[in-house]
Amino acid sequence: MSPLLLFSPDAAPFFSRTIKGMLYYSAAIRRLCDHGGTFVKEQLNEIFERCDGAPSDLIPILQDIQDVLGYLPREAMTETARFLNMAETSVYGVATFYTQFQLSRPGRHRIKVCHGTACHVRGASEITKAVAAKLGIGPGETTDDFEFTVEAVACFGSCALAPVMVVNDKVYGNVTPERVVEILEDLN
Amino acid sequence: MNRITITIDGKAVETTEGSTILEAALAAGIYIPHLCHSPGLKPYGACRMCIVEIEGMRGMPSSCTTAATDGMVIRNDVEQVNKVRKMTCEMLIADHPLTCLTCQANQDCELQTLSSYLGIQESRLRRMTRDPKPEKDESNPFYTRDLDKCILCGNCTRACHELRGVGAIEISGRGYRSRVAAFGDAPVLESNCVSCGECVDRCPVAALTAKKETVPPSAFTITTCIYCGVGCGLSLGTRSNKIVQVLGDKESIVNRGSLCVKGRFGLDFVSSEDRLTTPLIRRNGQLEEADWDEALGFVAEKLKAIKEEHGSDALAGLSSAKCTNEENYLFQKFFRAGLGTNNVDHCARLCHASTVAGLARAFGSGAMTNSIDELEYADCILIIGSNTTEAHPVLALKIKAAVRSHGATLVVADPRRIEMTQFASLHIRQRSGSDVALINAMLNVIIEEKLLNEEFINSRTEDFDKVRECVADNTPEWAEPITGVAAEDIRTAARAYATAQRSSIVYSMGITQHTTGTDNVLALANLAMLTGNVGKESTGVNPLRGQNNVQGACDLGALPNVYPGYQKVDDAEIHDKFEAAWEATLSDQPGLTVTEIINAAAEGDVKGLYVMGENPMLSDPNLNHVKEALESIDFLCVQDIFLTETARLADVVLPAVSFAEKDGTYTNTERRVQRVRKAIDPPGQARADWKILCALAGRMEYPMAYEHPSEIMDEIADVTPIYGGISYPRIGKVGLQWPCPDKDHPGTVFLHEGEFKRGKGKFHPTPFRAADEEPDSDFPLLLTTGRYLYHWHTRTMTSRTEGLEQICPPVPVEIHPEDAAREGITEGATVEVSSRRGTIHANAVVTERSPLGTVFMAFHFHEGAANTLTNDAIDPIAKIPEYKVCAVKIKAAADRPAEIGAI
Ligand code: SF4
Ligand code: SF4
Ligand code: SF4
Ligand code: FES
Ligand code: FES
Repeated sequence: MSPLLLFSPDAAPFFSRTIKGMLYYSAAIRRLCDHGGTFVKEQLNEIFERCDGAPSDLIPILQDIQDVLGYLPREAMTETARFLNMAETSVYGVATFYTQFQLSRPGRHRIKVCHGTACHVRGASEITKAVAAKLGIGPGETTDDFEFTVEAVACFGSCALAPVMVVNDKVYGNVTPERVVEILEDLN
Repeated sequence: MNRITITIDGKAVETTEGSTILEAALAAGIYIPHLCHSPGLKPYGACRMCIVEIEGMRGMPSSCTTAATDGMVIRNDVEQVNKVRKMTCEMLIADHPLTCLTCQANQDCELQTLSSYLGIQESRLRRMTRDPKPEKDESNPFYTRDLDKCILCGNCTRACHELRGVGAIEISGRGYRSRVAAFGDAPVLESNCVSCGECVDRCPVAALTAKKETVPPSAFTITTCIYCGVGCGLSLGTRSNKIVQVLGDKESIVNRGSLCVKGRFGLDFVSSEDRLTTPLIRRNGQLEEADWDEALGFVAEKLKAIKEEHGSDALAGLSSAKCTNEENYLFQKFFRAGLGTNNVDHCARLCHASTVAGLARAFGSGAMTNSIDELEYADCILIIGSNTTEAHPVLALKIKAAVRSHGATLVVADPRRIEMTQFASLHIRQRSGSDVALINAMLNVIIEEKLLNEEFINSRTEDFDKVRECVADNTPEWAEPITGVAAEDIRTAARAYATAQRSSIVYSMGITQHTTGTDNVLALANLAMLTGNVGKESTGVNPLRGQNNVQGACDLGALPNVYPGYQKVDDAEIHDKFEAAWEATLSDQPGLTVTEIINAAAEGDVKGLYVMGENPMLSDPNLNHVKEALESIDFLCVQDIFLTETARLADVVLPAVSFAEKDGTYTNTERRVQRVRKAIDPPGQARADWKILCALAGRMEYPMAYEHPSEIMDEIADVTPIYGGISYPRIGKVGLQWPCPDKDHPGTVFLHEGEFKRGKGKFHPTPFRAADEEPDSDFPLLLTTGRYLYHWHTRTMTSRTEGLEQICPPVPVEIHPEDAAREGITEGATVEVSSRRGTIHANAVVTERSPLGTVFMAFHFHEGAANTLTNDAIDPIAKIPEYKVCAVKIKAAADRPAEIGAI
């Protein structure tokens, strides 16, 4: 006989918890409810309503969440696990396996500095330094006000323009440390 | 299963069809190198060490994923295969720290075995170190995770997901950044890990190690876990008279090597400094050390004096569900034959008296009808009033497997959102105390919708009409306002249970600990008989017994109304049989129950109380009353391994030994009699309970002399038909399930096949009655009590394991967010919980695990003893107190008493 009802999305997560874990969990859910000032839970429910809860829905759901929120907050992964009735670590395992998924909240502006061979030779590290001097963060970091995220990436395929910096999908070629400051200031 | 033969390196190996080449080889004692294979886990095929050549096949398939087929010719230990293995192994070793000499897994490491087998000397590959070097995760109090040594075999993660159904860890990331991680790479203590240690057991290297297991044992003893009624097989590794390692017994039918946190990591109490090592006698108000001669003399004298002056029935004894079968037998024999009273009872009164009363009336036997293993193959399982994963963790694994591997439908009926609900198709949250209404409504649906098994009812049962009449008006709509469960959900549950091929009912104290406890059990029995779900495999009515040997203590007559084997004391024929066997004059009046003993003590009718291994000062309801009773009694003797709350009040305290220091047997919840074996010597002058009883009886002119517990078991077999065929040699490795009437009987896996013990199964009408105390405007909340995974009963044993205390510190009270908000209670705040009987302090845990209007507390903590609050109203038949329902109020406390740690 097949299971009777779909797992109720209202029920608790897949797992038991220690007292400490429970405290963490309810705190996390509260954080989720007013994450970034928006009521994320409703957005999640909209995403969940579009699928039937099969395990194969996992990757599409994560993609949708990332589209809406810009990344995968921990709490959203927990909710997804709850919805799909799987362990939250299984969601985490998939989310960390694919590089397309972003696990921390990115800044409003994403600054990518190329460190491919050509750019490296033509002074990419000076560019990264200039960015760091201006924003106070290095590659892989986000400013406290969630305005900027800096990333180091490998070749963009625009080696002729090296060194290359991409800001919010706009490509800047032949950048210099001085140019970096101008570009960043223009953003504000 | 078909037997087939394969050839490995020229050697013929016989195996069963369906096993893999690797399994066949290992079973035959042939080593095929392997790292990611672990028994009971699905084949993974990741490490590529187990590759072999198979005649007629191309390449080198991995033997752990390839099924053996008849006539297969396999080459294992040959140069071309080992060459490939060697290369793979060298890559693994390239970034593995070569610190074998100081490694905790030294000599117990698959990687060592492998590299020595392959003759690896110096890695030809460049040494690499992981960058950054992973930090050790020391957060869990029981085990360390050192990912620097991890070889990513996935044994731990698969065990956690597949076997335990927990899924606390998973291999995350990819490529060089792959790692075993808890959710969000958090420390494992913050995850949902339940510290079962399965992953530690299965790690082939030292990436997961138990903190306490720093030296290898010099001997192993196979024995049985002391904690719960599941009765897991343990393998105690000992050295220098200490337990240095605890493993699950892989050959045990009950647990197949799995354990829970208490069994694996919670045995520190055995070597605790606080153990009693000498007898104590109260002099001038103080308990002072004494020797055995003096103490036993004193006890004998007191008991004799009370008997002479006030008669035998002024004496009473509390036997123990923690002690062995043999000890329980001797205890009741001593009281009945030596002292002449039937006033013997034990804490089963407080947990499953209603089971014994109810199932005996309905079926003729008060025990779990079916076996633990069968649960895995049930098509529908109804769990009602059992927090299975916390109270019977290893048994819960079978139910999880039934759901996840065999697609069983699980219906959980429990007011709380317990872990098991995560595996359920339907969670019913009935109000505590409304079970009869719920079950009656299910019966009503099954009868109305004609889902009943008429053939079974007609041929095997009687009095069905009385039940039909009784539940005729108990429609789901009638039950809805009483139970708080939507009528439609009741219908769904009833249909699921009635239409499945094989349905099992699993229940525990959520059913029994009510003033309607016996009715609850009878109603469940009605449900099973109505649908013919009893007397065949994977069905039945299955009470999960709490204490490790509560089944045995009941079986061996530590009950006021029956001799061993449930033979009635007021049955003249039986009475004569025991008078002859024990060569003594016996009372034919049933004695007093635990609750009655306490009341009689308070009123002065019971003058002398002998307590063996029990702690009524925490376990009994309405504690203030218990305290008064025990303080007012003339003589109190306590035999225990610790100075418990009860022992502190005693006149004489006798030091007993723990399960690791004695021989005997326990009977687990599925009626399986299993061995307990002595692994170490007891501390100081402590003596086994059976030896103390024999010595005392000797001084009371009722000699009982035995050389070894096996002799006691032989005597038990003589006088107890259901144990008739049980003897130590027969119990052997896997135990023996009663009824086992004679020496050739193989034991009984499930009861009532073909015929009920009492002949016909008897339906009993169970009209709904409300709980004794309902919330009202003064005490608006309902308190229900239970347990946590990390503690055992009154915490006498578990509080001696630091890690358990760390994970589950005293004293939580779980409360629904809305109730908390109304009372202005925030998470972690100290609160005062009061009932009509007392007030205690606790820390609020705000959680939807508790339904609206209900708070939950565990009864483990003397710092905030839930039983100060509980109601001692009792079930009229079974005399079990109503632990599960009482009315309380809760408010924020002004300050936090020191003994309640902050959370
Ligand atoms: S201890 Fe048990 S629950 Fe915790 S990670 Fe290991 S297997 Fe999972
Ligand atoms: S921690 Fe141990 S069991 Fe888990 S993947 Fe690593 S080596 Fe294997
Ligand atoms: S499940 Fe019960 S018997 Fe098994 S290890 Fe845990 S406490 Fe011991
Ligand atoms: S190296 Fe920078 S764009 Fe190719
Ligand atoms: S044991 Fe077969 S691939 Fe690891």
